Amino acid sequence: MSWDLILTGLAGVVAMATPVVFATLGETLTERAGVINLSVNGTILLSAMGGFVAALTTGSLWLGFLVGMLIGGAVAFLVAFTSLTLKQSQVAVGFVLALFTRDLSYYLGNPFVGKQGPRVPVMPIPGLSKIPVLGELLFDHDPLTYLSIVLIFVTWFWVYKTRPGLILQGLGERPAAAYARGANVRLQRFIYTVLGGMLVGLAGPTYSLSVKAGWKGTISGLDGIGWIALALTIFGAWNPLRGAAGAYMFALLQWLSLVVQPYLPGVPTQVLQVAPFPLMILTLLLVNIGNTEWMKRTLAGLPPDARHFISRILRALQVTPPAGLGRAFEEE
Amino acid sequence: MQVELRDIHKFFGPVHANRGITLTIPAGTIQGLLGENGAGKSTLMKILSGFIRPDRGEIRLDGRPVSFRSPADALRQGIGMLHQDPLDFPPMRVLDNFVAGSPGGLLPDKEDARQALLSISQQFGFSLDPDAYVDTLTVGERQQLEIVRLLWLGARVLIFDEPTTGISAQQREKLFAALRRLADEGRTIIFVTHKLEEVQALCHRVAVLRSGELVGEAQAPYDLDRLVEMMFGKVITVGRAEPVPLGEPVLELRDLAVEDHRLHIRGVTLDIRAGEVIGLAGMEGSGQRRLLRAAAGLIRPTGGTVRFLGQDMTGRPYLDFHKAGATYIPADRMTEGLFPDLTIAEHVALAREQTGFLLNAEQMRAWAQEAIENFSIRGRPETPARALSGGNQQRLLLALMRPDLRLIFMEHPTRGLDLESALWIWRKLKDRCRKGTAIFFMSSDLEELLNYSDRVLVFFGGRVSRPLPAEELDVERLGQLIGGYGFDRVANDAITEPQTEGKAA
Repeated sequence: MSWDLILTGLAGVVAMATPVVFATLGETLTERAGVINLSVNGTILLSAMGGFVAALTTGSLWLGFLVGMLIGGAVAFLVAFTSLTLKQSQVAVGFVLALFTRDLSYYLGNPFVGKQGPRVPVMPIPGLSKIPVLGELLFDHDPLTYLSIVLIFVTWFWVYKTRPGLILQGLGERPAAAYARGANVRLQRFIYTVLGGMLVGLAGPTYSLSVKAGWKGTISGLDGIGWIALALTIFGAWNPLRGAAGAYMFALLQWLSLVVQPYLPGVPTQVLQVAPFPLMILTLLLVNIGNTEWMKRTLAGLPPDARHFISRILRALQVTPPAGLGRAFEEE
Repeated sequence: MQVELRDIHKFFGPVHANRGITLTIPAGTIQGLLGENGAGKSTLMKILSGFIRPDRGEIRLDGRPVSFRSPADALRQGIGMLHQDPLDFPPMRVLDNFVAGSPGGLLPDKEDARQALLSISQQFGFSLDPDAYVDTLTVGERQQLEIVRLLWLGARVLIFDEPTTGISAQQREKLFAALRRLADEGRTIIFVTHKLEEVQALCHRVAVLRSGELVGEAQAPYDLDRLVEMMFGKVITVGRAEPVPLGEPVLELRDLAVEDHRLHIRGVTLDIRAGEVIGLAGMEGSGQRRLLRAAAGLIRPTGGTVRFLGQDMTGRPYLDFHKAGATYIPADRMTEGLFPDLTIAEHVALAREQTGFLLNAEQMRAWAQEAIENFSIRGRPETPARALSGGNQQRLLLALMRPDLRLIFMEHPTRGLDLESALWIWRKLKDRCRKGTAIFFMSSDLEELLNYSDRVLVFFGGRVSRPLPAEELDVERLGQLIGGYGFDRVANDAITEPQTEGKAA
């Protein structure tokens, strides 16, 4: 394989990762606030379909993305309303919504399957796109990819560097302490849930109007992406940078499975296509291995140098969820 | 700032938690608030700090009537509360905790905050590292962080809810010095506690609550007998329980070893005989809990053997111990001991020998009624476990134990209970001992260990002592051993390689 092909492939990985980055960032914000929005998978499908139909019928790409975000926001609003206001189980509501919105997208999108719709044009950034390697990799994409990269850093900055971000961390960790520090816990959780949902809703049209342009119903190949985004949120330890890194890794795995296919004629293509999914599960296991009792005991038996080295790596990988995640909060 | 509470009432459903409390606290004093569990102290303080609203009554600060919409609102008006478990964010850094919730623009001025944190800490002799993570701090240090933070945000009245639970003796001294200093500067300190000695050592004045009512006030120096009488309504004396005749060995530990990544407890050899009580002493996390759990089959010991009733049970699961006549009562009653949402009747039915497939509601009620009467549980058969107070949860756990038990493992039998409940619990346990049940327990309450144990094992620095007869110890000596003084002389000789990164003396 030539270097040029590899570079083109890697640039494709960056583009493919864009919607996963949106969804992971959105879910990261929501979960940081202490709410689990499990509906991501269906939300991506419904917003992909809705965004495509809106853009197709009006000819406006802007409207397509707006509709996608509104759908994401609306589904998230349902999760927030039922869990925060009606105090129902977030997991149950989110899961049902995940199934419902997926099937709804297939049903409502049926008349539009296979239609040729508009597509977001590629806009190389003048100057930057001429930089060797980096230019093609990062600066020769459509605007959504640029937006996603900017959003990774904005989200990270918001969470870790701003005053509201500190309270956001506290919301998911210990809402009572956030309340004692003056936060309106329920309102803020509502806002972050809907905002996160809108980001997830942005992922849908990013597929249907750009990365995998068009709407093909059940064979759109989007089913499952949302669950991956949920796993990436955990893998990313609720840190936008790490979550985004996970999204790129997932896209890379998907690309690799295509690349190696010709070299492994004995392996059915389906195996390679789904390989990234179990690999993600394995990664999750690896991430949490440092928490296990047997690992601690095994480490204790190693020579000090090796022990420090390994525990350093495990510590870096290890994730601990926000302590208040998924829990209701009462002010009194 | 002078604080006045006038005729404060609060209801939680049918429970009248505060019944018309009127109390005036002058500026610059340390006001003790004394009372047993459930007396209404916490409710009153939550009202004063804006966490809950009173149903009736008025709060005045420096003579001006105020009302609080939230804790943050109360803090803006000068009232800060330090909760028993500090309300902070453990995975975040000290500095971020300090800054979170402070007023200001989008981007916090961390340099400014760091300076403030360091300078206020220094005034009180606290050494807080702004860059440390809060979950690496001790409870005492987390309290210090909260004190510094509340002062920075302008608190002029500081409420401390049982602040000495879980902190070391040195930290307690530091805390008390800080409180005295704050009072000297004209701040008002409210100190909520159920420990008389702390009131005596610290408070200028004290108010005593009982069953939601203010039953009396006193000023230093105090007449302790009168305070006890106000708290409990009657005087209770605690002394060593009378000895119980011992029988055959029930549990035999031979060279038992437990370890985790930083502890290597080895060579524990011990026979526990019928009717005997063995106490495990030591700072939290010194290995007592692991040893207790290993002896009960809850975790696998890394070496040695466990024989229960003459049978080798090494490595067998807890369920086998349970079937053979042992039970384990954990410290965390709500998560490991009881089902929060099941009622007393359902708990009792679960613990009894079941006949038939369906539940018999009438039978369950009768059993529950019986347990409630025999164990003086304040609740009804249909009361869910979560609604019971700590003392009543522990009573329920005792009520659920089978009558024919040979061995009871217990973590902190009376932690968080008031004196009366604690005495009652031990009376019931000693009744069991007289019938030949052995008790193997851990505690951090020295008096409890000395008053009720026959022998005590002390854990220190990853090592364990040999069994020490309790009558040869007193509080002072036991406290020293737990802190490591003279530990080498009583240490278990079977330990040949003390290979922990030793705090060992």
